[in-house]
Amino acid sequence: MYNKRSRFLTVMVSLGLAFFYIPLLLLVIYSFNHSKLVPVWGGWSTRWYKVLFFESPEVWSAVALSLKIAFVNATFATILGTLAALAMVRFGRFKGRTLFGGMLVAPLVMPEVITGLSLLVFFISLQELIGWPAERGFTTITIAHITFSMAFVAVTVQARLTGMGQDLEEAAADLGAKPFKVLTAITIPRLTPALVSGWLLAFTLSLDDLVIASFVTGPGANTLPILIFSRIRLGLRPDINALATIIILVVAICVTIAALIMYRQHKRDLLDQQLAERAD
Amino acid sequence: MTDLTNSPVSATSQQDIGFLQSLARRAQNNWRKIVILIPFVWLLFFFLFPFFIVAKISLAELAIASPPFTKLIEWTDTGVMNIRIVFDNFTYILTDNLYSNTYLNSLKISVLSTLICLLFGYPIAYGIVRSGPVMKPLLLFLVILPFWTSFLLRVYAWMGLLADQGTINNLLISIGLIDEPIRMLYTEFAVFVGIVYTYMPFMILPLYANMEKLDTSLNEAAADLGSKPTNTFFKVTLPLTIPGIIAGSLLVFIPATGEYVIPDLLGGGNVQMIGRVLFNEFSRNTDWPVASAVAIVLLFLLVVPIAVFQHYQGKENEGR
Repeated sequence: MYNKRSRFLTVMVSLGLAFFYIPLLLLVIYSFNHSKLVPVWGGWSTRWYKVLFFESPEVWSAVALSLKIAFVNATFATILGTLAALAMVRFGRFKGRTLFGGMLVAPLVMPEVITGLSLLVFFISLQELIGWPAERGFTTITIAHITFSMAFVAVTVQARLTGMGQDLEEAAADLGAKPFKVLTAITIPRLTPALVSGWLLAFTLSLDDLVIASFVTGPGANTLPILIFSRIRLGLRPDINALATIIILVVAICVTIAALIMYRQHKRDLLDQQLAERAD
Repeated sequence: MTDLTNSPVSATSQQDIGFLQSLARRAQNNWRKIVILIPFVWLLFFFLFPFFIVAKISLAELAIASPPFTKLIEWTDTGVMNIRIVFDNFTYILTDNLYSNTYLNSLKISVLSTLICLLFGYPIAYGIVRSGPVMKPLLLFLVILPFWTSFLLRVYAWMGLLADQGTINNLLISIGLIDEPIRMLYTEFAVFVGIVYTYMPFMILPLYANMEKLDTSLNEAAADLGSKPTNTFFKVTLPLTIPGIIAGSLLVFIPATGEYVIPDLLGGGNVQMIGRVLFNEFSRNTDWPVASAVAIVLLFLLVVPIAVFQHYQGKENEGR
């Protein structure tokens, strides 16, 4: 009876996955094209990888800047996002909670052009007023990234906090553990999976951002997306295909490893739960 | 934790306990305050406050200065405060056809893209939920994976597919279906494809999260009572997934309305969307007051959907 409909669903899922992956696959294939014109096939070659590795120092300095920003951003965003999530989930009512919750969710959907524009005029006004930031670049991009990434971390941590309940914390408090001790000995270790995914999410969001970084950057500070964008605006470029292939490969490997670790953790949690239920 | 620091207290008088408790409470309250204040102040300073500056600039006039706009508040020599507010930027945007058409076009493109995402994303999410215990995590992983790869590169991939000399045209010509390439890149069609492609995971994931929580015993009960699968779907499953539909649609609709990269790379100069106009207004014309007013109007258009999204997100987080 369900057979017909589940066949329809299977077809839709397969089409969806084909739609997701065929463009990426073609991007990778054409990076091995010898021809200078991307869509004209000129035989297999690793020519563009050589160009990328040996003749494009500006690409690698952009990679270094982007990684540096992403790392600092992810670390601060994880700390701020976690504090925000704790405040929202565990602290009940407090003054300004509605405003706080609103500001925490809005960056998830706020169009990037608005966030970018507002941060730029903010930095410029601040510079007029107190002389800081003296120049735009690493610092301003990092601050902008933390501001929107912390919202994504907060959502991730909030979900985990509501999911794991409060029983263990209450038990620890009953046994005399001070709130700070409860936080460091119970809450934070139990949050670890969410903190790791939040950190990775913030890292990726930062590496990925073009629009906000374009607004708040200054002369000379080119992140990788800014560099890629300025090149592909003029059309297809085989060296960008090569760069894209490397990025896709690195991301795919990292995400697969992270997913496998989390999947195993998830299975272990389920097993623990089953054992606990049986013990009852 | 076995170290019970408060055990000696039991020997002392009731008054001391009260004092110690209030001390502990105060320490705890301060600790809580710090946890709240650090992210709160950050967001006030770097998220909310900048919007007020944009609002302020939108009420100023263009000036040849650095920064290029007039001051709203000026102190005259005699110490009188002079406040100068102009609504010219807003009247200019709202009466100029270029801007109003661009806003409408952005809304049209984002609404239609959202509907296309929903139409295809819904059965995909449902298919993943209905797949077996082995396939489910794998399929979910495959949907999420492209989301982690660069957004810019996913748009770039479509430039290669849609170009006049691109993969699709080459394929169609080589199998003899067409003689001349069809123009796809730098058209509205390309913008639709780009938005649907990059935003699809944002539709699928909230739908999946919502559908996974559904109680399948309801479907079984409906089937037992003789309801046909299609009927059960429309009467039971679909109404229960409305929160997922709303969350997914807003996650696509709101950012897509202000999208800059996709109309720029795939639409070229032929597709006007407000995010692109705003970006160009700012970087090329440096007319900051008008650019700020454009941003304020865009924010105004999106305030209701953003508030609805916050409402649902808030409910989701307090869900239990």
